[in-house]
Amino acid sequence: MAAAKKEPFIRLAKRDVMPVGKKIAVRLISLAIALIVCGLLIFSITGINPLEVYSTMIKGAFGTKTRVWATVKEMMMLACIAIGLAPAFKMRFWNIGAEGQVLIGGIVTAGCMIYLKPLPPVLLFAIMFVGSAIAGALWGLLPAIFKAKYNTNETLFTLMMNYVAIQLTSFFVAKWENPFGSNTVGIINQNGQEGWFPAVFGSRYFISVVLVLLLAVLMFVYLKYTKHGYEISVVGESENTARYAGISVGWVVIRTMLVSGALCGLAGFMAVAGASHTISTSTAGGRGFTAIIVAWLAKFDSATMLLISLLLAFLQSGAGEIASKCKLNSYASEMITGIILFFILGSEFFINFRVIMRGKKEKEEN
Amino acid sequence: MEGFISLFQAAVFFGTVIMFGCVGEIITEKAGNLNLGVPGIMYLGGISSLVAVFLYEGSTQNPSPVICVILALAASFIGAALGGLIYAFLTISLRANQNVTGLALSIFGSGVANFFGGSLNTLAGRFEQIAVPVTSAAFRSNISVLADLGVVGKLFFSYGFMVYLAIILALVVNYFLHHTAAGLDLRTVGENPQAADAAGINVTLNKYLAICIGAGICGFGGAYYVMDYIKGTWANDGSIEKLGWLAVALVIFATWKAKNAIWGAYLFGVLYWMYLYIPGLTRASQEIFKMLPYVVTIIVLVVTSLTNSREKQPPAALGQAYFREDR
Repeated sequence: MAAAKKEPFIRLAKRDVMPVGKKIAVRLISLAIALIVCGLLIFSITGINPLEVYSTMIKGAFGTKTRVWATVKEMMMLACIAIGLAPAFKMRFWNIGAEGQVLIGGIVTAGCMIYLKPLPPVLLFAIMFVGSAIAGALWGLLPAIFKAKYNTNETLFTLMMNYVAIQLTSFFVAKWENPFGSNTVGIINQNGQEGWFPAVFGSRYFISVVLVLLLAVLMFVYLKYTKHGYEISVVGESENTARYAGISVGWVVIRTMLVSGALCGLAGFMAVAGASHTISTSTAGGRGFTAIIVAWLAKFDSATMLLISLLLAFLQSGAGEIASKCKLNSYASEMITGIILFFILGSEFFINFRVIMRGKKEKEEN
Repeated sequence: MEGFISLFQAAVFFGTVIMFGCVGEIITEKAGNLNLGVPGIMYLGGISSLVAVFLYEGSTQNPSPVICVILALAASFIGAALGGLIYAFLTISLRANQNVTGLALSIFGSGVANFFGGSLNTLAGRFEQIAVPVTSAAFRSNISVLADLGVVGKLFFSYGFMVYLAIILALVVNYFLHHTAAGLDLRTVGENPQAADAAGINVTLNKYLAICIGAGICGFGGAYYVMDYIKGTWANDGSIEKLGWLAVALVIFATWKAKNAIWGAYLFGVLYWMYLYIPGLTRASQEIFKMLPYVVTIIVLVVTSLTNSREKQPPAALGQAYFREDR
């Protein structure tokens, strides 16, 4: 049959580079389609008209000052972890272990708040800051060493480390339980508020915001303008090239994971000392996984990571509002987040590939 | 002896859930796709079976147990396979990153399942606790003649049919992957898609089928969890998620061989529940004991990478998208 020899109906070719404007347009279109799909989905379940859905969501996320701060807090947590993950992922080191690194940072912070309560505040903060960063770094170091020395699969290793950290958290929750029998740690230092971030400009979250923005700038500079950053991107592009260029790949892997783990540990410090003032297995709350997607979609660019974190934080607070309005449960936000991520992930295809229809000539691409 | 029997039984219950997840994921990974969406897929399988049976049991006076079981299994397979299809489309056709897509699927699946699991009663206009008693009883029924055979009966015959189905499925998958031509094709796709393509194997089709069928099998794990393990109700406590990650861990522990998943799953179950049978543990130190399955997996992972044995490595092209024009 002649049909077998026909040119395929569609075929694909890799694009070299897409202009920035067009890239942004592709992503915005995919986001818009995703939001329409989600709106229709919510409509079919709850019967609320899709436009009202989004106005309710905006009200839920930004309606009052408290809500704005709650959304910003969520955004900053997510962004902080994503910033921490960025160097590891740029190196193509699949650090799925942020969840655990955050928890370990949180455990150290909570421990300091409990045992070092009498110290002067400045010293206490310094210890918590350094301690949580070191703890996170060590948690990331273990898989890095095995990766560097024996090429042990880091995706699965870091994934398992999460659960070791979760059990360790459960251990400390049982140990620090307060009041007895509640199986929670309760609010630590409720009376004296030792180790709590002080309120600045009327909000306790202000310091976290400043800290994360500072980290975002530092990470941008680190990845873009330093020798370390350059080495990371060479190792990420091709380990063989890196080795040929005289870069010690093993050392870069270990050093980068120390940085990555330390920043995730700091996220735990902010979650405990800056926000919840307690520790539980849900202190990280899946953000360690979500942040991976944030970092990946942003292509490790600090500003984009902040924007995507804002979008996801908005969805979470907004969907929470819809859920409580319709007496449905708040897992709706995870469902919506999932759908939006699918669309954004799918849109990458149109940035990386060209689709050529049968019979068309190649020249009409850009 | 009593302690041993109850530990053994707990391990079998626990192991069966993750055995389904592990066997499904082995098929997927053998085709070269690391699907980190296993927790989400198990969630989708669990909720699909629950919703289907909930609607059926609510719609008739005398629900038939046979129809209940068939419906639950079919729904869980289809629901989970659809989740797999989303992942397959994104990673194979659109060449999205596998790890990131898998994680997104985990978020999505857990969202969908917990949303509907938590709102099913509100949506159905009923206010009692969700329950599907007929189906759950059918899933948990055993052959009482055999189950009453003293210790032997308790150890080997006191379970619902899904426990045996899991073992059979693991053996069938093992036979398929290592003793049939189609299985060899599938493994070639996972080891070296270029070579497979050159040999005339349809890479895309093989990957799609492996992912969707693998996901469907993972879905059985969700159905077993909902119908048998927690007796036909729903709990928003994230345990399926934990079990899903353990299933991913078990794939490594079993070194990508479905037959190893059988004893590996029960071993994980023993490790997980052992803390209940060790005297003198406080509530805090129990938590340390629960780390065991994860720590053991890490050790296996490290040891396999140290020994560098060819038999025990992950599929060579695991995690890489295949694009024919790439060289």
